[in-house]
Amino acid sequence: MTPPAFSPVGLRLENIDKRYGGLLALRGVSLVIAPGECVVFAGRNGSGKTTLLRIAARLVRPSRGTLSFSRESQAGEDHAIRPGFVAHATMVYDELTAEENLLLFARLQEVAQPERRVDTLLNEVGLSDRRGSLVRTFSRGMRQRVAIARALLHEPSVLLLDEPATGLDPQGVAWLAEEIRRLRDSGRTMLMSLHGESEISSLGTRAIRLDSGSITADTRTGATFRSILTFADA
Amino acid sequence: MSLLPNAAVLLGKELRTEFRSRELLTTTIVFILIVIVLFSFTFDPTSDESRRFAPGLLWLAFLFASSLMLQPCFLREQHNDTLSALRLSVRDPFAIFLAKLAANTLFLLLTELLLLPLFAVMYNVPVIPVLQWLVLVFFLASLGISIAGTALSAISAQARMRELLLPLLMLPLLTPILVASTEVTKSLFDRTPYVQWKGIGFLAVFDLVFLTALWLFGEYLLEE
Repeated sequence: MTPPAFSPVGLRLENIDKRYGGLLALRGVSLVIAPGECVVFAGRNGSGKTTLLRIAARLVRPSRGTLSFSRESQAGEDHAIRPGFVAHATMVYDELTAEENLLLFARLQEVAQPERRVDTLLNEVGLSDRRGSLVRTFSRGMRQRVAIARALLHEPSVLLLDEPATGLDPQGVAWLAEEIRRLRDSGRTMLMSLHGESEISSLGTRAIRLDSGSITADTRTGATFRSILTFADA
Repeated sequence: MSLLPNAAVLLGKELRTEFRSRELLTTTIVFILIVIVLFSFTFDPTSDESRRFAPGLLWLAFLFASSLMLQPCFLREQHNDTLSALRLSVRDPFAIFLAKLAANTLFLLLTELLLLPLFAVMYNVPVIPVLQWLVLVFFLASLGISIAGTALSAISAQARMRELLLPLLMLPLLTPILVASTEVTKSLFDRTPYVQWKGIGFLAVFDLVFLTALWLFGEYLLEE
């Protein structure tokens, strides 16, 4: 396994609101996530999980409030934290091969020795045999592997996973759970949004429930952890 | 400074995907071909009449074809949310615009130059003696169309009526380019050809102003 080339990073969200027209998707969300934590966000459809992760990825600007990463203030703008992000969509090009996709993003992220890094990641996600195949010929599970490899290209200290098991068969979910375990154990700070209890949710070290854009439960242990994931009353 | 290396990498991706699928080039070339052939039936392409009508016809065809070409520019990035992946990867979002407008300019220029000989034959217009000036006006106008069109494509891709919105926004905005490039082309097709520097200067200024605006405000066009 590749040795980690990052140092753990925490993040802080203060009083975050996000408004889409008349809809308030997030209301006053404040959260401190310690370096190396693996946080599971649970909640019904439309509870604000995706919006929260997209704000953490800096893809969406909050209407109010601030987001900061713990190492950023000392490093300056050029070294701003760039989280790895795995979304519902694969975020890779169907008309490029797996290798071309990864090389493209590796070069954009100015990864040192991009060919070597891509080689390593293709091996790690088990796609070295299909490196030259167009992504559009891949199954959903294989596309998800490319998506995860893309998110890991620049060795991110923070990894955001938005319902990463969507569309995967049980074998794919098992592979993903193992991959997430490996990433968690490597010390990365991870934020995942999940839908209900699963093999993957059990990997979390902290569970947070969102309801209508607000945090309604937040725990690290015990029965409450499970009830958050199953949407039962905490 | 990672702007230019990032833009170069993205330009490579744009060229690779287009030359693999050839969707945009084929559609644009066929569209312009149809317009040129159809209009050649509607009036007698004698040299005098061609000199009067052909420049306007040529630029109208290019302009309408460019709206076809520019439509999928950002729409394609929404399919797998690849635009988010690009935004997460580049330090300066202007690199995304720079690559796309460079690719669009290249595709448009290639289409124009491919169809120029056919146009010259069908409309009986001598293009060889003024070819270098024609290439200059093609380049400046194509660049202007691509800069404004790429920005508008980013805006319209997020709208509900996206297929209708782009031509509605783009065609009025590009009217000055249409007028200037038609005037310059007309002067080049004259019995005694001359270069209309005023028109060329206008095209250059248009490109500069819109490129600066895109550089300053482009980031906001990509936000969700």
